[in-house]
Amino acid sequence: MSASHSSTLPAHGSGSAHAHDHGGAHDHHEPGFWQKYIFSTDHKVIGIQYGITALSFLMLGFLLMICMRWQIAHPGDPVPVVGRLLEVVFGAAEGKISPDLYNSFGAMHGNIMVFLAIVPMAFAAFGNYVMPLQIGAPDMTFPRVNMASYHCYWMGGIVWFAGFFLPGGAAKSGWTSYSPLATIAEFGSRFNGQTALLIGLVLLITSSLLGSANFIATVIQLRARGMSWMRMPFFVWAQFVTSFLLLLAFPPLEAAGILQLVDNLLHTSFFLPTGLVVNGAQLGVSGGGSPLLWQHLFWFLGHPEVYVLILPALGIVAEVIANNTRKPLWGYKSMVYSIIAIGFLSFIVWAHHMYLTGMGTKISTFFQTTTMMISIPSVIILTALFISLWGGSIRFNTPMLFAISFLPMFGIGGLTGLPLGFNASDIFLHDSYYVIGHFHYVVAPGTMFALFAGIYFWFPKATGRMMNETLGKIHFWGSLVAMNCIFAPMFIQGFKGMSRRMSDGGATYFGASAPMGSDPGVLKLNNMIYMSALLLLAFQLPFIFNFFWSIWNGRKVTSDNPWQATTLDWATPTPPPHGNFPTEPVVYRGPYEYSVPGAARDFTPQDQKDPKA
Amino acid sequence: MEIPYTDKPRPDTGLYNAKLGIWLFLASEIMLFGGLFSAYILLRVNAAAGFWPEVKLAWPHGLLNIPIGTFNTAVLITSSVTVVMAWASLKMHNFARFRMYMIITVLCALSFLGIKSYEYNEKFTHYEVRLNNGEAYTGHLEVDGHHAGFWEFGSIYNLEDLKAKKDLKSLKFTADPPRAKPGEHVHGDGASHDHKIMDLKLDEVAHLDAFIPRNHTFFAIYFTITALHGLHVLGGALVLFYFAFLSNRLWKTNPEQFTNRVEVGGLFWHFVDLVWIFLFPVVYLL
Repeated sequence: MSASHSSTLPAHGSGSAHAHDHGGAHDHHEPGFWQKYIFSTDHKVIGIQYGITALSFLMLGFLLMICMRWQIAHPGDPVPVVGRLLEVVFGAAEGKISPDLYNSFGAMHGNIMVFLAIVPMAFAAFGNYVMPLQIGAPDMTFPRVNMASYHCYWMGGIVWFAGFFLPGGAAKSGWTSYSPLATIAEFGSRFNGQTALLIGLVLLITSSLLGSANFIATVIQLRARGMSWMRMPFFVWAQFVTSFLLLLAFPPLEAAGILQLVDNLLHTSFFLPTGLVVNGAQLGVSGGGSPLLWQHLFWFLGHPEVYVLILPALGIVAEVIANNTRKPLWGYKSMVYSIIAIGFLSFIVWAHHMYLTGMGTKISTFFQTTTMMISIPSVIILTALFISLWGGSIRFNTPMLFAISFLPMFGIGGLTGLPLGFNASDIFLHDSYYVIGHFHYVVAPGTMFALFAGIYFWFPKATGRMMNETLGKIHFWGSLVAMNCIFAPMFIQGFKGMSRRMSDGGATYFGASAPMGSDPGVLKLNNMIYMSALLLLAFQLPFIFNFFWSIWNGRKVTSDNPWQATTLDWATPTPPPHGNFPTEPVVYRGPYEYSVPGAARDFTPQDQKDPKA
Repeated sequence: MEIPYTDKPRPDTGLYNAKLGIWLFLASEIMLFGGLFSAYILLRVNAAAGFWPEVKLAWPHGLLNIPIGTFNTAVLITSSVTVVMAWASLKMHNFARFRMYMIITVLCALSFLGIKSYEYNEKFTHYEVRLNNGEAYTGHLEVDGHHAGFWEFGSIYNLEDLKAKKDLKSLKFTADPPRAKPGEHVHGDGASHDHKIMDLKLDEVAHLDAFIPRNHTFFAIYFTITALHGLHVLGGALVLFYFAFLSNRLWKTNPEQFTNRVEVGGLFWHFVDLVWIFLFPVVYLL
């Protein structure tokens, strides 16, 4: 891709004359709007592009979910307020959410949240903006590749969104796109929502490949002088390990996506078994494929993907906690070794999503064991973060509130995962609301709180202005309560046997059969969850207002280092110019030298030679 | 602003940026093709026996043209050698020789693709037919003196349409000579040369389809992997062509960086070859 331009790397070492020769006419002028904000090769602009786009997709995914929660709480009733809009845009008859539309919303909610919102926000946005600053690099190693990564990303998002307007609507086979369901859902029409999903996925995987290779190369090649591996901030380690997960786990999903695309377009049978009967008639395909093959390829990505969602969040939380406890991170080295161990182990746990497929007890035991093993380094990191709080003089500002609450929220999410990692208990809990509760605790009050912490924390570096603390605290406390009111009841619903897939929220299921141990009473929780979701939406308004208002009207920072932090990202001018550092920084010490006895201040930046100065 | 180590290696890693970048990219590519090869293994292991005509095997065997495949392998290996020679010529500051070797490399790539399309066409005009009485054959459909391609005739989807045509009752079918079954002792070159010319009554046909992806998972995976590999060959050839003809200005301004670029392009090219080195035995021979 890059080779189609005569100057792939815009800033070749000795080639300043050459850069002038090759389309470098803009080099000496102030870049125009397009050059500066749309086709920028500056890692900070790209990070912000990713951030804004990802936050928009986050809102979209959230709104889809609110419509779904309405349908679950009030099955068959027209959606209030936006019913007319749904009718016009999605063809929802009388503003009601049909089971098909519900399935579309469900599949797209999952896909949008994972691939278009959380990963781009946690990895691409924060990684792009902060990581090169923290290692003292002038930019990414491949700035144009970085730009291409962002453009592949939004194009993938548009293709997905276009799926809503294809005949049959957007993909509706769950975020996992299990075959044969995904192929037969709209069998016969080739260009359906699932096709759009797969094509978009290929674009997104390309984007992730370009981004992750760039991140790894940047960390390895562009660390400033003195920035040895064990002097890197934990956030950089988190991004580094995450990059490897993206680099190596995504391609098998691309392989799977290509195979399913061929299944849909050319009617092959990679994932279709012999003798598949649909609607009473045998499907006219050769058969001989394996639905399990899809699941293996999908979860080979799917599980590392979970760590892609959580590791950058751990990185952000570690930075915010170290800064606001005014203490070094407790057990920095064990945290680093743990995150590397998580990276390796995450590649051999995938089949714990597939206990119900009847893999055989030996295979189940293997994956059960690796799953328990991977919880050990996760617990080490969380414990180290908890102990880091001990004896600190904690500053309870908005970023810190989000970071602290991340710890118990992620703890709940992680611990509720253990019963799902055991074969025997998973068979009961599989596909129930318990699973929804579990992973949403990890991602929503977990990762998303870390992302909010990161936004409030690095906002002054990016804009030169602080976000409003009062609005931030309203945002935090409201979100914390609402999140828990949404996800905690789901554990109860799951225990009582409520399935995660039903568009009527379980009404028919409990009405018809009322299986043993089930309790229709848990249906009452549906309305509470819906109301809490609305509450959560309401408490995002202060954040949205705060975000835009503070860009222009926030309190101006008086120093480049308003939080009095130690890492190199605060050693740049505010906001950092293209190229970041006026002179190449030199690193003399580890990342978290807070409250060092004998030092002049309670923090000693990494690039400060003499702590007493 | 300058990005360090774009042409000189970083002392502690010994790599310039692009070289590390391409290795990371190739690691990702290995996982992509690794996923596809794993899919091949799983499909093959799971395949049900007794499906294929003549060979009573679960998995089609011997349907690909081995001599042509071997020749194509040789073509790609040659190109791998010439791409190294091209890079070495640059190291010896001989741009003319670099260009010559690069042209040979690109020509090899194009002949590989040409030969591959000939092979594809061979499959598109080759049929499998199963009759209601259980007999099955592979062979060619003759229409107006040429071998009809799948787009002209019969498939699992439009066999009914074909039968519905009032004026068309039968098709002229040239069956392939019987194949040696695995484990059977074979005389001579392994196959007799009697082509059996048959009059295929449409009413007796249960299944009629060319060797195209939807016919069998073997062809599905064969076409998918080779097409994806073909796209890599095409992409690589475009980049190498660009090096040979469109970027000699960089050679004049910054020869070291140009040489590095050729090296990186060459690494990708070796990877494309390597995929084929695995692909050839897996789909043609095993």
